[in-house]
Formats: sequence, C-alpha cells, structure tokens
Amino acid sequence: MKRSYLGEFEEIVLLTVAVMEGQAYGVAITHEIIEQTGRAVRLNQIHAALDRLEDKGMVKSEMGEPTAERGGRRKRLFTVTAYGRRTLQEIQEVRVSFWDRLLSPLKPATSL
Amino acid sequence: MLKPLCPMPTTPPRLADQLLRLFCAPHRLEEVQGDLHEEFAYQLRRVGEQRAKWHYWRNVVGFLKPRTGGSSAIKHEPKQYSNPSNTDMLRNYLKIAFRNLTRHKGYSAINIGGLAVGMAVAMLIGLWIYDELSYNTYHQHYDRIAQVMQHQTSNGHISSQNSIPAPLGDELRNKYGNNFKHLAMATWQGDRILSYGDKKITRTGNYMGFEMPEILSLHMLKGSRNGLKETNTILLSASTAQSLFGQDNPMGKLINIDGKADVRVTGVYEDLPFNTEFRELTFIASWALYVATQPWVKQALDQRVWDNNSFQLFVQIADNMDMETVSSRIKNSKLNNVPDHQKKYKSEMFLHPMSDWRLHSNWEEGIQTGGYMQYVRLFAIVGLFVLLLACINFMNLSTARSEKRAKEVGIRKAVGSVRSQLINQFFSESFLVVVFAFGGAILLILALLPWFNEVADKQIAFPWANASFWLASFSFILITGLLAGSYPAFYLSSFQPIKVLKGTFKVGGLAAVPRKVLVVVQFTVSITLIIGTIIVYRQIQHTKNRPLGYDNNGLLMMQMMSPAYYGKYDVLKTDLKNAGVIQEMAESSSPLTGIWSNNGGFSWPGKDPSLDSDFATVWVTHDFGKTVGWQFKEGRDFSRKFTTDSSAIVINEAAVKFMGLEHPLGTVVKWGEESDTNKPDYFTIVGVIKDVLAESPYEPVKQAIYIMDYENVNWIMLKLNPARSASQSIATIESIFKKHVPSAPFDYKFADEEFGKKFASEERIGKLAGSFAILAILISCLGLFGLSSFVAEQRTKEIGVRKVLGASVLNLWSLLSKDFVVLVIIACLIASPIAYYYLSDWLKDYDYRTELSWWVFAGSAVGALLITLLTVSFQTIKAALVNPVKSLRSE
Repeated sequence: MKRSYLGEFEEIVLLTVAVMEGQAYGVAITHEIIEQTGRAVRLNQIHAALDRLEDKGMVKSEMGEPTAERGGRRKRLFTVTAYGRRTLQEIQEVRVSFWDRLLSPLKPATSL
Repeated sequence: MLKPLCPMPTTPPRLADQLLRLFCAPHRLEEVQGDLHEEFAYQLRRVGEQRAKWHYWRNVVGFLKPRTGGSSAIKHEPKQYSNPSNTDMLRNYLKIAFRNLTRHKGYSAINIGGLAVGMAVAMLIGLWIYDELSYNTYHQHYDRIAQVMQHQTSNGHISSQNSIPAPLGDELRNKYGNNFKHLAMATWQGDRILSYGDKKITRTGNYMGFEMPEILSLHMLKGSRNGLKETNTILLSASTAQSLFGQDNPMGKLINIDGKADVRVTGVYEDLPFNTEFRELTFIASWALYVATQPWVKQALDQRVWDNNSFQLFVQIADNMDMETVSSRIKNSKLNNVPDHQKKYKSEMFLHPMSDWRLHSNWEEGIQTGGYMQYVRLFAIVGLFVLLLACINFMNLSTARSEKRAKEVGIRKAVGSVRSQLINQFFSESFLVVVFAFGGAILLILALLPWFNEVADKQIAFPWANASFWLASFSFILITGLLAGSYPAFYLSSFQPIKVLKGTFKVGGLAAVPRKVLVVVQFTVSITLIIGTIIVYRQIQHTKNRPLGYDNNGLLMMQMMSPAYYGKYDVLKTDLKNAGVIQEMAESSSPLTGIWSNNGGFSWPGKDPSLDSDFATVWVTHDFGKTVGWQFKEGRDFSRKFTTDSSAIVINEAAVKFMGLEHPLGTVVKWGEESDTNKPDYFTIVGVIKDVLAESPYEPVKQAIYIMDYENVNWIMLKLNPARSASQSIATIESIFKKHVPSAPFDYKFADEEFGKKFASEERIGKLAGSFAILAILISCLGLFGLSSFVAEQRTKEIGVRKVLGASVLNLWSLLSKDFVVLVIIACLIASPIAYYYLSDWLKDYDYRTELSWWVFAGSAVGALLITLLTVSFQTIKAALVNPVKSLRSE
C-alpha cells in the first residue's frame, strides 16, 4: 500500500484526535491544540487538516448530537482509523530510532 | 469545558453568516456553522462581543479562502448522483451559444460589430457629456463662485454683459460685504509678453484681485495664495514657470510684463485642468499693478466712473448665502449710483454662478435661454438614437436567426427541456453577444479617443476607475441583453414540439411585422440625422461665404503689446515698403475679427432724442481702408490731401440705416455733451462703406464709426505683397520688426485664420454630427445586410423554383429588393417632416441663415435608397445567381 506522509500540523491534529477519544470535533480540537502547543491556530485550518486526513483515510467521522450553543446543529465527531493509528506508530518509531542514535553517538553508523 | 450556562443574548454577525451560507458546500454547512457558532460563544465569554465578532469574521473569511489541493469547506461534494446546479446548466447554455456564434460567423460578426459600434458611440457621447457637465468642478468652491453681470435696457431691448464698471468692486465690498466671502476685480484675459533676462514669451493671463487665487482654490506648488497682495507681484502657472525659468526656482525673481512693469514672482500654481473656464490663465498679475500702470483705470476708480463697463468682477458668496438671494440683493448696486441721465438704462446687477458658465450662458431680453446645453442635449439624443439603432439591429438579427431554430426548440422540448431552460438558453446567448460587443466597444473607444479628443477639443481619458461608469455599462448590458433576448426567449420557447417537428409549423406573416417596423424606425432615425448634418454643414458654409466687407487674403495682424511699438509707424512702413514685402500697412484700435470698443453719446441732426446712440467705434490710421480693402458705397476714404480729415469719419451701411440718414455724406456727428469736461467733438461723415463683418458671423453687423487717429491704436495690419511668397515675406518682416522693436517677440496672426476660428465650435459640432450620422447609417446598413441575407436564405427554395420556371436574375433581384425599398421609402416619408420641423426650429436662432431647400430632403432620400439597394443587392444577386440544381437538390 502506498505510504501516505503526514505534515507536521496534520500529525498534531491526528494526535489530538487520538487523544480526545471520540470527543474530537472542530472547536474542541482547536482549543486543545491552542492549550497544549500555544500555537495560534484557527478553526478553518483545523477543518482543512481534518479534511485532508479524512481524504487520506486516517480519520473517519460521523455526525454527533446537536447542542444548544451550536444553535441546534450537530457536531462532526472524528475518530482515528486503524490506518491512522499505524501511521502514527510508524512515525513514532522512525523518530525514536533517530533519537536513539542521537543519544548514543559512539554507535557506528549502519545503513538504514 | 465549553458548556454555556445561559442562553446567548448576542448572535454572530448576520452578514458573515449569510456569506458562509452562500459559499459553503451545503453538506458541510451544518458542521462548519455549528463549530463557528460554538467558537463565537466561547470567544464572547472570553474577550467580549466586539472582538468575538471580529474573530468570527476572520474565521468565516478563512473558510471562504479556496485552498490548493485537498478539500475545503467550500468545495462541493463530488457527484455520486446527478446534482445539477445552476452553473452547470449555465455553462452548457454558454457552450451552445458559443457554438451557435461560431457556426454563423458572418451573422455573429455583423451582430457583435454593429452593437459594439453603437455602444462605443453612445459611450463616447456619454463621456463627452460627463466632461461638459463636470466643467469647472476642479475649483473647490465651484458652487459658491459667480461672476457679477448686468442687464441693461437700450432702445427697448435688454442686453446682458459680463463687463461691469470699476467702482462696483468697492461698492459691493463696502455695502454688501456680508454676502460675500471673497471679491476680486479683473480685467480681460489676453496675451501678454513675459520676459526674464533674454527670454521673452507670449502667454495668456490676466490682472486679478488678490483674492482670486482663494476663489479659484488654486493648488499652490510654491508660495501661497496670498501672493498678489503687493502691487508688483505675479503668480505663474507651473508650465509658464517651467518655460521661463526651466529648473531654476522662480520664487522672488523679477520678470517684466509687456515691457511696462517689473514684477516679482510670489507663487507657482498647478496648471488648471483642461475642462475649466480658466484653463488658459497661465499667469495672474496683481490687479493693483494694473491700476497703477493704467491711468484710465485709476481714474475710473478714483472718480467712481459708473458708465465705463470695462472690467470683470468675480465673487465667492458667503457660506451661509445662496446665489439667488445674493443676486437679488445686489440688483440695484449700480443703479443707485449712476447719474440721473443714465437711469434710463435700468442697470440690473446679478450673479452668474460658475455652474452655469459653460452650459447656460445665453441671454435674450434679460432671460436665461440656455447656451451650450442645447448641444449637450442634442448629442445625448443622437447618442441614444445610435444606440437604439444598434439595439434594433441586434434584436432584428437575433429574432430572424432564431426562427431557424424552431426545430432545435422542438427537439429540446421532446427530449425533456422545460420551458424555463429554453428561456435561460436564449437569454444567455443574447448576454454573451452583448458582453462580447461591450468588450469590442471598449477597444473601439480606446482606439478612437485620441481622434475624438482632437475633434471635440477635449482631453478625456478612459474612466477605468470610475465606479458609476461601470455601473452604467453593467446596467446597459443587462437592459440590452434582456430586450434583445426577450423575443426569442419567450416566443420561441412557446412552440409546440409536435407541430415544429412534423413540419406543419409556419412562422406567420405577422412575425415579420415588428421586424419591418424596426427597420422603418432605424432608417427614419438615420435619414433624419443625415438631413440634419447636411443642413448644419450648409449653414456653416453659408455663413462662411457671407460677404466680409473687406479682403482678408494675405492680411497679417499684430497686436502692439509693448510700448516699444508706438511711434514707429512711419519708419516701419517705409522699411517694409522698401523691402517690397507689403502692399500697405495701417494701424487700428480693434483687430479685424472683433470690436474692442463700443461708445454711446453720439448725436446728429434729426436724431430721435430717445434713441440710445451706441456705436462700435474703431480708430484707424489713414491707410486702413487701403490695407484691408474697404468697399465704398458712397464718398471717399480718409486722405492725407485733406487736412480736415483729422475730424472726418467713415461709417458703415448699418450705421446709415441706424441713424436714419438719407444723405449721410457731409453730415456732422457730435460726440459728447457741452456739459462734459472735454468739450464735444464734431466729426464729418466723408464715406460710407459696406458692412465689415468683425464679430459673430451669425448676427447682423453692428452700426460702426471709424475715426482717424494715430494714438488710440492696438493693432498693426499688414497687407502682404501678393507677388511674393508669404513665408519669405514674413521672414523679412520679422527681421525689420526685430530691428525697430527689438524688445517684443514677433507674433502675428493671419486675418483669414482668425476669422476661421469663429466657426470652430460650429464646425466641431458639424464634424461630430457628421461622424455620428455616418455611423448611424453604417449600423443600419449592417442590419439590413444581415436581414437581407437571412431573407435570401429563407427563400432559397422559392428562388430555385422560380428560376426553373424561367425567372430572370433581374426579376428575382427586384422581387427580393422590393420589400426593403418600400420600407426605406416609408422611412423617408416619416423622416422628412420630422427633420424639417426640428431644423427650421434650429435655424430660427440664426439671423443669417441658409434655406431648407427641398433638394436636401430629396437628396437624402435618394442617397438612403441607393445605399439600401447596394446593401441588399449584394445578397439578392448572390441568391439569384445560385444554380437551382443546388438549392432544390436536397429535400
């Protein structure tokens, strides 16, 4: 299967969705990211990232319950797919392997 | 964490919400809008209403931004099942329309080209009118500026003039001061010599009161608007400063005016734009200087001379006043001051607002009767008509074409088109054509503007940045598109498919009636315009051929602008004659193309005491008659043989009539009263000449008196030697003038050219009207051409059958042309009385006018018929020559 690459921002969004476990939707994700990273992200950027992730098949979404503060409109709730999980893990593994080598600089270089 | 505790009192900005609803894909709207509202509620609690709203806007705009790659909220769902939206159908309509256009390239070209020309003409005229209406608006206080004018009654007629007496300025300032913010006296704009060091240039300018720069709200590039407060000061326009000083700083430099006075440059103002009254005011010298250097002006001011109307007065009314109130308040400001014997002139002062200077400057018997405005109206009408012609064409051709598409309509309906879709299709076609034509019109205007500016004497630029222009264009596109598209859209779409497809459908004869009416309207307008143009040209020609009363061939005029000219009469004349370049030389107080002074106070034996004896008075030297070629009716010219000729006068025929003299020769004319300080002068009439046409060529010549004098002269007249070439002679004349009058630049005018300038405005109108008439006929012919080819095409089979049965080409030609010729003849019959009515009305304004001869009408009609036949014949002959085998083969 063709490997999909994730942008740094997409990765953050994907991680946030994973962390929020079924309670992830536009506004909540935005606020979570602002809180955790201190970045000035905007709603439309989050939406765009979620769209791209959905296109890549890393998240899936379904419509949730309407709430009053949304004027009776439903939320779109995102969850990470298995593929999304695997991708996150792969990224993590690649990073870890690099970090390992950085922390033990005397280790002779081997081919990847 | 985001749960609201109470219902929200504030809602997100509604406009932003609507924007979102408009652009967001419908299947995403709920979620996106929900998120936005939730965020808004959160921000509302966090940062307050104002910033939350601002935040909301930023978010909405963020959603509307199209993204490259990936999906976004505004991207609509890819279609899994058919989800036709408006744009898809519209795209299809446009595609079909485009195919239709390219399939019939000829028709499309005629259609689009004709409409483009019509639109271009209408837009050019629109620009011209806009320019005329915005005349003088450069001045900031445009609506508060006025010139003081007066009505005077003389011999039972009220005349109006902008020249006012000298003391009026102070009178208004002292007694009516609270009505005005600024007042400035001025003399008359004219050419003066400005010199700085060796540099001498002739520039148009004026002496004006120190408040004038404030009134005109001049944009000062250097110095201030207060620059004219001292006596010896002058303000220069940027271009004058540039040509006198180049790159040097002109401020504080001393320059000389007319070789009379040295003045200090105290300011430089931005050149006044082309569409202002004062566009040629390239310098302003101080009024105080004029008073100081002209003893008669000083005298007029000091002694409060109220009967010498030789000045101008410009005012800016006070901020809380309106023109009419002020105008009525100053009504008697002169009458209250004049001596009793002048009360009979009933002087009434009034304000002529700047907004009326350009377009409303004619008075008759003291009543405002319009002016240039009549041309603006005329052209507005012409522009509308040309546009109408183009639209008619467009409608005619598209309806004619659309009948061929009855089958298409049938099939579309059979396949399942709804009527509204057909309507939409025909409309989008007509809009496509109009939009193309609009593009073409803009290109045409860009190409034509330089020529148009030259003919119309304008400096108009294309209004790219003018919102109202685009608004007008847009609404025009809309209206034309709707009008032209409405017939096919509503009529054709009503066809019953079964009839059309079975072939039993016939477009009735009635369908052609509106088309015929339109052709008649079109040609009526065209023919009226042609007749009008011919008459305008004939009127100009007629006036040009009016007897001048003198011979202006090879006649040179030079204004004596510097004192250095005076006292050189004999030496100049001798030198010029010895060099053989001139036949004769003379001097006079007025140029040949104007009367610079009018005087009253003449009396003669048998004069009606109630008659106001107002004459054009011209002072001339002995040889004036010979130089300009006076034509004597009675008596003789001034002569050196008679020493008594110092008190001789020559009068014109109009004067003889005015004075009511049976035997004018020898009559003694008295000028002035015994009570005057300078005793009256007595003159004897020695000659009567034919009227010399000096002022408006459209009006009768005024009674004139020519007096012999060598002091009171302003112009030198030279009659060139016809045996030598003018350019050589002028070079020689220049060298002789340089020798005797070295301080003045050599500037001369040809009398015939100056006379020609009097027709400039009429010729301009004539040229423009002519061009528009030609365009109108061109557009009509284009339409006719398209229509005739359509008719010929429709009758292909009929022509084939007729040919087989033995019809000759001539037969067929007359058969096909007959219809059109009849229409044009009807148009001629309608156009002639209309043209006659309006033109005789127009000509009534001219005292000296041409006849409305019958042959102009006949000629226009014949011309229109010929053009029609030529246009139609191309198509009809082509159709008649086709081999019937070809036209009948396919069935």
